[in-house]
Amino acid sequence: MRYLPHTPEDMAAMLQVVGVESMDDLFSTVPDECRRRSAPDLPEPLTEWELDDHMATLSGKSTTHGHDDGAPMVFIGAGRYEHFIPESINYLLGRSEFTTAYTPYQPEMSQGTLQAIYEYQTLTARLLGLEVANASLYDGASALAEALLMAMRITRKKKVALSGVIHPHYRQVVQTYLDPAGLEIVLLPCLENGRTDISGLQDVEDLAAVAVQSPNFFGCIEDLAALGNMCRENDVLFITAFTEPLAYGILKNPGLQGAHIVCGEGQSLGIPRWFGGPGLGMFACKRQYMRNMPGRLVGQTLDKQGRRGFVLTLATREQHIRREKATSNICTNSSLCALSAAMYMASLGRTGIRELARLNYDKAAYLRESLRQAGFRIRFDTPCFNEFVVEFPPDFELTYNRLLKKNMVAGLPLSTWYPELKHHYLLCVTETRSRADMDAFVKEVLS
Amino acid sequence: MNKPLAPTGLNLDEPLLWEMGKPGRTGFSMPRRDVEPFPLDDGLAGDGPDFPDLNEMGVVRHYTRLSQWNFGVDTGMYPLGSCTMKYNPKINEKCSQLKGFAGLHPMLPADMTQGALGLMLELERFLAEITGMDAVSLQPAAGAQGELAGMLLIHAYLKSRNVTRNKIIIPDTAHGTNPASAALCGYRPVRVKSGDQGILTPEAISEVMDEDTAGIMITNPNTLGLFEAHIKAISDIVHGKGGQVYCDGANMNAIMGMVHMGRSGVDVLHLNLHKTFSAPHGGGGPGSGPVCVANHLVPFLPVPRILEGNGIYSLSEDFPQSLGRLHSFFGNFGVMIKAYAYILSLGAAGLMKSSRLAVLNANYIKEKLKSAFHLPYDRPCMHECVFSDKIQREQKITTLDMAKRLMDFGFHPPTIYFPLVVDGAIMIEPTETESLEEIDRFIEAFRIVATEAAESPELLRGAPKRCRVERLDETLACRQPCLVG
Repeated sequence: MRYLPHTPEDMAAMLQVVGVESMDDLFSTVPDECRRRSAPDLPEPLTEWELDDHMATLSGKSTTHGHDDGAPMVFIGAGRYEHFIPESINYLLGRSEFTTAYTPYQPEMSQGTLQAIYEYQTLTARLLGLEVANASLYDGASALAEALLMAMRITRKKKVALSGVIHPHYRQVVQTYLDPAGLEIVLLPCLENGRTDISGLQDVEDLAAVAVQSPNFFGCIEDLAALGNMCRENDVLFITAFTEPLAYGILKNPGLQGAHIVCGEGQSLGIPRWFGGPGLGMFACKRQYMRNMPGRLVGQTLDKQGRRGFVLTLATREQHIRREKATSNICTNSSLCALSAAMYMASLGRTGIRELARLNYDKAAYLRESLRQAGFRIRFDTPCFNEFVVEFPPDFELTYNRLLKKNMVAGLPLSTWYPELKHHYLLCVTETRSRADMDAFVKEVLS
Repeated sequence: MNKPLAPTGLNLDEPLLWEMGKPGRTGFSMPRRDVEPFPLDDGLAGDGPDFPDLNEMGVVRHYTRLSQWNFGVDTGMYPLGSCTMKYNPKINEKCSQLKGFAGLHPMLPADMTQGALGLMLELERFLAEITGMDAVSLQPAAGAQGELAGMLLIHAYLKSRNVTRNKIIIPDTAHGTNPASAALCGYRPVRVKSGDQGILTPEAISEVMDEDTAGIMITNPNTLGLFEAHIKAISDIVHGKGGQVYCDGANMNAIMGMVHMGRSGVDVLHLNLHKTFSAPHGGGGPGSGPVCVANHLVPFLPVPRILEGNGIYSLSEDFPQSLGRLHSFFGNFGVMIKAYAYILSLGAAGLMKSSRLAVLNANYIKEKLKSAFHLPYDRPCMHECVFSDKIQREQKITTLDMAKRLMDFGFHPPTIYFPLVVDGAIMIEPTETESLEEIDRFIEAFRIVATEAAESPELLRGAPKRCRVERLDETLACRQPCLVG
């Protein structure tokens, strides 16, 4: 086996030093009752070349839908977005000094990771308009759950309000995290315009926080400034989540609009969709809540010679020191994905992210207006980013299936999560769709 | 040792991103604008984030230089205890980048994702087979989320039997994340001391296990690198009082194909694919922390679950007793691919040989270093061994000093000050992929450090000298936190 360097002579010499006769004797402390009777029943090992073929076959089964003309044209976003990733980023991520390092516990040997994550924290804080950001969490859903737990720690209250137009999976994860501790979730309904209805907020007592998503699950841009004001008047923490951070290339950031904690999914920033993971849990907050944050933090400091350097810091919040009183149990996070995001934000720059975000906004608007002109109802008139909801005719399922055979995926049917939205589909367009693609799609939908 | 110290190399300075660049540069190939601008409400529009503008080579040089300040498994031996820093095969990286995997949207109709679902189901079966458990969920995104899943499974199971319990037993040799994971389920940790031999005794468990205790979180092999030999008896005690046994499997690398966890009395076990199954750690993730369960816990596994019928795979959320969803989608698929490729490359014999060699390497180091360092538990170890700085403390040299000095010899230090049961702990896990020559070099370097501790301690207190920076002021970082620039 090419990963194992030991020759029979090496093993013999080492066994002699250890003072045992055979490899099996090394396991003398494992009692019989715990031992396996036989080797695990696994396939015969593959050579590198056989593995390569096998994986190519498996991955091929995953895209072409029985067709051989390449990747399908997917009009689904809903938490995972197709964006172009510069080859320079793929290339840099191949630097194994980054990939094969552990969490930077020994800072003198990890300044590369540490400076890169410090830069990631800075760019994240700037993107979201807040004062501090952490080194990452697992994904958008767990980031939201952690934000709510943090709000309950800060306020010592046990109830939170959650917008019903937050990604349904995120709401499920929040429930998983909050339920066993007996914490209560109040669901805020959706208005006719696709935005969150928080008019009932005054009637809810003892609330720790209100959480909304913007752009929300329907792609609608929430009126964060108004929501922020309401939260301030009601003296509750304001948490905003996101699944599409690129939106903040052109939208006013949540920090400017009164958000105390902003969290969400960073997959759009240079990370492949990867069937849903790994992603990147982005997390930022106001500086006054810094010591209540979950997760790792990188901070700037000096070495003995007075030179700038970086270390993991404020560890007294964390599981390995604080044990059961820690702000979170998280240890390994999504460091390499945070590195991708930093590289992506650095590649775009302010000029680039504005232009790219605007292009995404305009392209989605183009398809939306084309479908509207073709006679389909656009469900919500609120401004949206990348995604929007269309009502198709009751027999659209036939069209949907016909389009699948042409390697086009006509959005995500919404009735699974919103039974009242029968025949409604969530469609997504990014910079990867050309005008010709969209025209072809509309033509197919109509034919 | 002919060349004891790491030679100095060319080490280039590199500013922070925002200390470089000029407005108007770009490192991104902007897609063609083929649609007209659509009006955007002024009230919603922002000015855009304050990012520096760099060109492509500016970005490439920046990160190339930063990477050169890092040390990875590909750079050299990285014997970080309980982290299993083994070689990360390159073919696995290529597999995870295949377009049909990397570009796959998670919400496509199932007939478009058969390859991915099939891979996941097969990986679940492999992991069940390797551990001797009955079923697996791949959803947890890392070890600590696997622990949380384990706690939630126990919570949901007890709830289904109308049982409410408030405590959980956690030994002093458990992983650091365990108490925090248990606390998320509202369980109060009850600490139990390991015995003289560094392992738990059934008597100690009997004393604390009662009808208000949900179960035990036991790390096996434990963080002293010792096999918990009484695990079956301990499980029987816990089960006898209606509790459940959770095993932290972060140290599975010692016992792949050797130990049957199910028969040892374990009800739920988590694995770290980024440790045992060769996926790289990425400087802190992403990881993957599958949970493996015994049959009675299957109804409570996270949803969605993958089903198979007539060779067709599908996803189902229809498990009413499930603990719910833990991840935005199905977990870290990109990491699962690497673990799957690893298992297929090694097969059962290769996995077992890996564990045997991991244990051989650790015992060899233990034998070779025990004359230079205090070994608190002198007995056969598993994949890692734990020393302390008891001898060197007489010269006022600490574990930290020795760790930093090792860097000058070109080795990443072991895990230090963990486990907490050993004062000034030095926890060494070589893994199976280090050769005898490399291990001998490490041993020699560490022995030189021990000699220096006695003869020229200032060398240790001033270390490291050959890294990018000298020792960093962690107190300053904490007192005046500067988290963004």
